[in-house]
Amino acid sequence: MKSSTPCFHCGLPVPEGSHWYVRVDGIDQPMCCPGCQAVAQAIVDSGLTTYYSSRQQLPEGVAAPLPEALSLYDSPELAAQFTNDAGVAEAMLSVEGIRCSACVWLIEKRLSQVPGLKSANLNVATEKLQVTWDAKLSKPSDIIRAVREVGYVAYPFDPVQHGELLRKNTRTLFKRLFVAGLSMMQVMMYAVPVYLADAGSIESDLEQLMRWASLLLTLPAVMYSAQPFFRGAWTDIKVRTPGMDVPVTLGIAAGFVGSAWSTITGVGDVYFDSVTMFIFLLLASRYVELVARRRAAASLEKLQYALPESAHLMVAFPSSRNTTMVAASTLRAGDVILSKPGDAIAVDSVIVDGETTIDLSLLTGESHPQPRRIGESVASGAVNISQPVILRVEKVARDSTLAALIRLIESAGQGKPTIAQWADRVAAWFVGALLIFALAVLIFWSWHDAARTWPIAIAVLVVSCPCALSLATPSALAAVTDRLLRQGVLVIQPHVIETLYRTTHVVLDKTGTLTEGRPQLRQTTMLGEASREQVLHIAAALEAGSAHPLSRALVEAAAQLSATDVAVEAITHHVGQGLEGKIAGELYRIGSHAFVSALSGVVVVADEPHDMTCIYLGKASAWLARFDLSDALKSDAQNVINYFQLQGKQVILLSGDAPGIVRRTADSIGINNAHGGMLPQQKLAFVQQLQSQGARVLMVGDGINDAAVLRAADVSFAMGSGAALAQSHADAVLLSASLSSLIDAAEAATACMKVIRQNLAWATIYNLVAIPAAAFGLLVPWMAGLGMSLSSAGVVLNALRLERLPRHAPRRAYSLEKAR
Amino acid sequence: MEALYLLIPLSVVVVFAALWVFFRAMDGGQFDDLEGPGMRILQDDDRAHAETDESQGDIKK
Repeated sequence: MKSSTPCFHCGLPVPEGSHWYVRVDGIDQPMCCPGCQAVAQAIVDSGLTTYYSSRQQLPEGVAAPLPEALSLYDSPELAAQFTNDAGVAEAMLSVEGIRCSACVWLIEKRLSQVPGLKSANLNVATEKLQVTWDAKLSKPSDIIRAVREVGYVAYPFDPVQHGELLRKNTRTLFKRLFVAGLSMMQVMMYAVPVYLADAGSIESDLEQLMRWASLLLTLPAVMYSAQPFFRGAWTDIKVRTPGMDVPVTLGIAAGFVGSAWSTITGVGDVYFDSVTMFIFLLLASRYVELVARRRAAASLEKLQYALPESAHLMVAFPSSRNTTMVAASTLRAGDVILSKPGDAIAVDSVIVDGETTIDLSLLTGESHPQPRRIGESVASGAVNISQPVILRVEKVARDSTLAALIRLIESAGQGKPTIAQWADRVAAWFVGALLIFALAVLIFWSWHDAARTWPIAIAVLVVSCPCALSLATPSALAAVTDRLLRQGVLVIQPHVIETLYRTTHVVLDKTGTLTEGRPQLRQTTMLGEASREQVLHIAAALEAGSAHPLSRALVEAAAQLSATDVAVEAITHHVGQGLEGKIAGELYRIGSHAFVSALSGVVVVADEPHDMTCIYLGKASAWLARFDLSDALKSDAQNVINYFQLQGKQVILLSGDAPGIVRRTADSIGINNAHGGMLPQQKLAFVQQLQSQGARVLMVGDGINDAAVLRAADVSFAMGSGAALAQSHADAVLLSASLSSLIDAAEAATACMKVIRQNLAWATIYNLVAIPAAAFGLLVPWMAGLGMSLSSAGVVLNALRLERLPRHAPRRAYSLEKAR
Repeated sequence: MEALYLLIPLSVVVVFAALWVFFRAMDGGQFDDLEGPGMRILQDDDRAHAETDESQGDIKK
C-alpha cells in the first residue's frame, strides 16, 4: 500500500481517489471508507469532537455500517431481552472496542443525548454497558443505534447465555479466598510465637487465649470459605465416586474439630494454622483456574454474538413488491421473502422470481458458487451472491436444513471418547486408597499410642492432599490456556492440551481452513497489446465501486502494483453480466465472455481452466485480458502441514468440494490422503472409522458442515472467521485466521505435557516420602501443612513458566527436505 | 505482657471489622471495574463546545 494520508477517524490509509470527507472543527478531514465517514459525521453532529483531540488510541478496525436489522430489537419477541419496569426500561449491553478514556467519554456523552435516558453505566473491565431509559421516549434500538453510530459494536447481553454465572462464581470465590487469606494470616500470628518460643516460656493463660482467638478466626474460613469442598464431597458421596473433595473435607473437619476440642478441654495440640493455610491454598488454585476459564468464556462470547436473523417479507406479493423486515423465526411456509445479494438465506425456500448464484461453502464446502433458477430450491444457511431473488418459504426455520445439521451434531457428541474419565477414575482410586490408609494409620496408632492418634491422622490427610492431583495438572493447564489466548488460540475444553499432544491423525477441511475461502487472482492472460499492469489498473478502476468478491479480488491485486490514477466515468452495471465504463473517452467492458464479446467481437477462444472463475476485459474492437480467479491457499498452510508431517502425524484432507479440486489442492501441498465430495455425514463416518481403528483425530474446520465432525473428533479447532455453529462445537478456536496458530498450540501442548509430567513426578516422590513419614509420626500437622504448601508452590511456579511466550519470535519454517 | 490480653481480643475484632468492610465494598460493586473510573477522571468535560449539550440528562457513575 502506497497511500500516504491516514484516515482521520481510524488511521488506516485512505485509498487513492477516494472522496470521503467530514468537516471537523471547520477543517475537511479525509476518511478511508463510508463506515468511518458515517461514524465521524455522527460524532460531529452530536457535538462531541472533543473525542478527537483527547483520544490516546485510534479505534479498532473499520467501523461497521449500521445494520438495518437493528430495528428488530423493538419487536415483541426480542423485547423480552430488555426489562421494563413501570415505564423504565433497562438493558445490559456488551460493547466492544473500548480503547481509552476518550471512548468511555464518547459513548456516555452520546447516550446522554438519547431522549429519556436515565442512566448509563459503562464497565470498562468487563465491557458491559448498563442503561436505563424512559420506555415511552426511546426504543431499545435507539440505544444500540446511538452506540453503534459512534463506531462501537453493541449488542444485548444475555446473562444466561454468556457465562454471567461464571462471573458471579468468580466473585464469590474471590470473597471466599479473601476470607481464608485474612484468617490464615491472623491465625499464623498466634501460631508462630508458640512454635518459636521455648517450651514453657509462654504463660499457659496467654496460650489458651491465643487458641480461643485462633478458633474464632478459623470459624469464617471453615464455615464460609471451605463450603465448596463440603458441597463437593457431599455430591461425591451421593454418586459414590470419591473425588479429591472427600479427603480435603475430612482433613479440614478432622483438623478443626480436633483443635476445637483441644481448645475447649485445654488438653492436646491445635492445628488451626494448618487448617486455614490448607483452605487458602486450595482456594487459590481454584481461583486461578476459574479466572483463566472466565477469560476464555469472554473471548468466545465476543465471537458468537449475532444480530437476530432477519428476512424481508413481501406481504402483498405479487400485487406489491414492498418489503417489511421481520424476524426469521416468525416466517411460515408459503410466505414470500426477498433475498438480497450478500444475505444469508434464512429458511429453506424455492425461487419464484429471478435467478442468482448461491454460495454453499458453509453448508457443503463446495467452493464454486452454484447457479439457481426459478423453481429450484435454496437451503437455509446458503449465501445469495449475485442477484436479488424472490423466494417462497418451504419449511419453517426450525425444520430447515440448518436445524437438521444441528441435530446431526448433537448425535455426534454422544460418541465422543473422553480421556478425562480415565483421570477421574485414577483419582477416585487414589482417594479411596488414601482414605483406607489413613483409617489404618488411625487404628494402628490408637492401639499403639492413643495420645498421638489425632495429630498423625491429620498429618496423613493434610500432607497428601492437594499438590499431587488437584494442583499439578490444573495449574499447568491454566497457564498454557492463558498463553495460548495471547497467541490467538482460544481453548474451550480442558482436555484439548492433553489430547492434542496424543494426536495421531490431523484432518483438515479445505475451503476457509486451508484456503482463504474467497477468490484471489491466480493468473492474467493478455489478449491484446496492453501490459499486465495496465489491464489490472483498468480492471481495478472499473470494479472499484463494486462489492462483489470477484471485484474485490481484482482491486486487491491491482493495489499491489504501483499506484496510478485511472479516471473512469459513466460506469453502468449490467446485472449478472458485468460492468461498462469510459476511460479517456474509450468504452471498456469487464465481465463474462458473452458480455465482453458483444463489444469487442468474437475472436477469442474461451480456453478456460475449469477450476477457476474467469473474467474478461475488453474495449471496442479489441480484447485486452482474461483474469483467472480461484480460492487461494493460505500462505502458512504449507508450513503447518510440513510441521505436522515432521511430527510423524498423518495429515488428511476432507472436503465437500469437488474431488478434482480437492486432489489438486492436496497435491500442491504434499498431502497424499485427500477425499473430496464428502457430505457432513460421510465426514463424520470417516472420522469415526479412523477412531475405531485407534486413531486420535485432530480436526480443523470452519463451516457449518464441519460442526458435526468437529464435535466427534477427539480434539477439534474451528477457525475464528468461520461459522458460529462450528465454533460452538469445537474444542478450541483459532481467533486469528492464521493456521500457524496450530503450530503454537501443538508446541504449547508439548511443553505443557512436559511440565505436567515434571509436576506429577515431583508430587509422586513427595507423597512417597511424606505420607509414610507422616504415618510413622515423624511429622506434626504444622510440618505437614508447610511441606504441602512448599510443594504446591513449587508446582505452581513450575507451571507458571508456561505463561512465557516462546522466544523465537519469527516463526520457524518447517521443510520436509531439510529433515531428510 | 499484660497488654497482650487486651491486644489479642482486639486483633480478632479488627479482623472481623476488616471482613465486614471488604464484603460491603465487594457487594457495592467497588471491585467490578478497576479501570473505568481512572479513565473517566482524566476526561475533561469543560471544553468550549461541550457547552452546547445542556439538554443532557443526568449521567451517573
